[in-house]
Amino acid sequence: MSEDYRSMWADLGLDLEAHDALLGVLGKAYQDIYLSQKDRPDGMGYFDFVMSEVHGLRIRELLDEKEAGRKIIGSYCVFVPEEIVLAANATLVGLCSGADFAMDEVEKLLPRNTCALIKSLFGFKLGKVCPYLESTDMIVGENTCDGKKKAYESLNHLVKNLYIMDLPQVKSEQGRTLLKSEYDRFKTAVEELTGVSITAESLKQAIQMVNAKRSAIHRLSSLRKADPAPISGLDALLANQVFFYDNPARFTESVNKICDALENRIAEKKGVFPEKTPRILVSGCPQAVPNWKLPFIVETSGAVIVGEESCVGERGTRNLTDESCRTVEEMMEAIVDRYYQVDCAIFTPNPERLKHIQEMVATYKANGVIHYSLQFCQPYLMESISVEKALEEKNIPTLRIETDYSMEDVGQLKTRIEAFIEQIQ
Amino acid sequence: MCFAGIDIGSRTIELVVVDDAGEIVLSLQTDTGFDPKSEADNLVNGVSFDRIMATGYGRNLFEISFDAPTVTEIKAHVRGVLAIFPGARTVLDIGGQDSKAIVLYENGKVKKFEMNDRCAAGTGKFLEIMAKTLGFEIEAFGREALMAKKDLNISSMCTVFAESEVTSLIAKGLSRREIARGLHTSVIRRAASMINRVSSEGDIVFTGGVAKNQCIRKLLSEKLGREIHIPDDPQMIGALGAALLAADNR
Repeated sequence: MSEDYRSMWADLGLDLEAHDALLGVLGKAYQDIYLSQKDRPDGMGYFDFVMSEVHGLRIRELLDEKEAGRKIIGSYCVFVPEEIVLAANATLVGLCSGADFAMDEVEKLLPRNTCALIKSLFGFKLGKVCPYLESTDMIVGENTCDGKKKAYESLNHLVKNLYIMDLPQVKSEQGRTLLKSEYDRFKTAVEELTGVSITAESLKQAIQMVNAKRSAIHRLSSLRKADPAPISGLDALLANQVFFYDNPARFTESVNKICDALENRIAEKKGVFPEKTPRILVSGCPQAVPNWKLPFIVETSGAVIVGEESCVGERGTRNLTDESCRTVEEMMEAIVDRYYQVDCAIFTPNPERLKHIQEMVATYKANGVIHYSLQFCQPYLMESISVEKALEEKNIPTLRIETDYSMEDVGQLKTRIEAFIEQIQ
Repeated sequence: MCFAGIDIGSRTIELVVVDDAGEIVLSLQTDTGFDPKSEADNLVNGVSFDRIMATGYGRNLFEISFDAPTVTEIKAHVRGVLAIFPGARTVLDIGGQDSKAIVLYENGKVKKFEMNDRCAAGTGKFLEIMAKTLGFEIEAFGREALMAKKDLNISSMCTVFAESEVTSLIAKGLSRREIARGLHTSVIRRAASMINRVSSEGDIVFTGGVAKNQCIRKLLSEKLGREIHIPDDPQMIGALGAALLAADNR
């Protein structure tokens, strides 16, 4: 890594020694999990490059943007509307939350029995190893699950720029009204932060840009219907992860390039796994970088993942925002309509999610569903029981997994996943 | 032709060889120890067979050194059970560090299974450590527990917590047998809830090392009110299943 980055990281206040250790682990994991895959499609080099520079070049770009007067806004949730951020000439980035770090420090502030994702976001702050977090001008916390909303109360003591967005938990007229007023309040806050007034033109452009990014992912997803699968679930998950980090225009272009390559592969009947490899849909909690444990086990046990019903996946990208509106007010309504369809398990009741899982099983011709929950994540753990029951009533084999970011359960997970694959074969 | 199955468990390793007709011609067992690869190699050394299949938590270790195909314990136990009890629909396997409840379709295919996540609570390891805490040989542990005059409640399932609980019960002057019985009851509660989650009725075939424990067998059948069948050598079922699967794939 160049010296340039080291001084950049030092300026951001990172703990260089700890950060070196993190990059060492990340690099090794990426090597073992990603680069060891065979027959990866052309164009994946883009993601390899993005990942190799995830704390380097991308941070440099963000700092250059800041230098040029743009603001950086960080988020932990798909409910933070990127359209509003882009329209105010700012950049939205997803913040680190996919690995255990500085857990001894974290457990001074959070109960041990808190989900890995929340503990992780604290770990990256306390361990001073997330350059994204340290680059932000505003961090958006959102009142989703009880764990997150209470944890933000503590995070507020650790950072100076936390903005809290409230979210409805019931899809009702009042719920939609709350979301609308929160998005209006967020728009004002972003305008104040950036000093830029959002106009009909800038908002329209932003909507188009984010829609283009989502459409590229839709195209990628749709190519995963093919058998043999033209891309591994690991690589497709990576695309869904990089969605949160990269420059939107470059991301869209690069994903579309990969899709061109995949179309050629499909025409040649060429896949990353043999034809008739058991196909699995993963459903449940988000999998942030570098949480690759589950897909790695699945895809080294004789199955391929063909879809992610997840916030880092189809739940987060499924819907587009209506592009036909003219005024800022109409567009804000369209944005609310778009995000209001996200079927996160924090909503009660949440029947849409089950419908979407079943649709995805049919669309991607999945042979079974692995329901992935993080330990202590009540909303998804609770839904996992009713989801499993409903799917099995429709003869869709389902395996419920409850895990965290540690490696201590890999042996048992591997046995359960292999047995599940034997079951659906 | 001869077909071998090797089950490399956390506690013991079993090797079974079957002939063309699926009859057992050889069965061997050894402790896993701290070097399962060498123990497995020693066990196989000098045994003749045409094909071998590996199962158990150490299956991948064996896959590398012997280039043997592997199968999960779940599939292996089901195959082994079906050879002995062809109509079986529910299988309970409690081994050294894992426990599994498996329910089958009428055709013998796996319909659903449950398995412990990461903790070895309620498995052979738990019983072994508790026997040691109470100063019983593992073979005598179940027999002694059966002789207890009454049951007592042990609330901890975590091995370390249960050890503290046992220590405090000993300090209170309670009988070793009663404490042993309480520990067996706590294992049963866990196994029964696992079984009940996947299957609500019918006979159960019980395999794995813990099935040799008389107290567990008796308490489990009382608790579930269902018939429990135990193969003659319940620990060998995984290896037998693997051998039969090697034969099936010939």
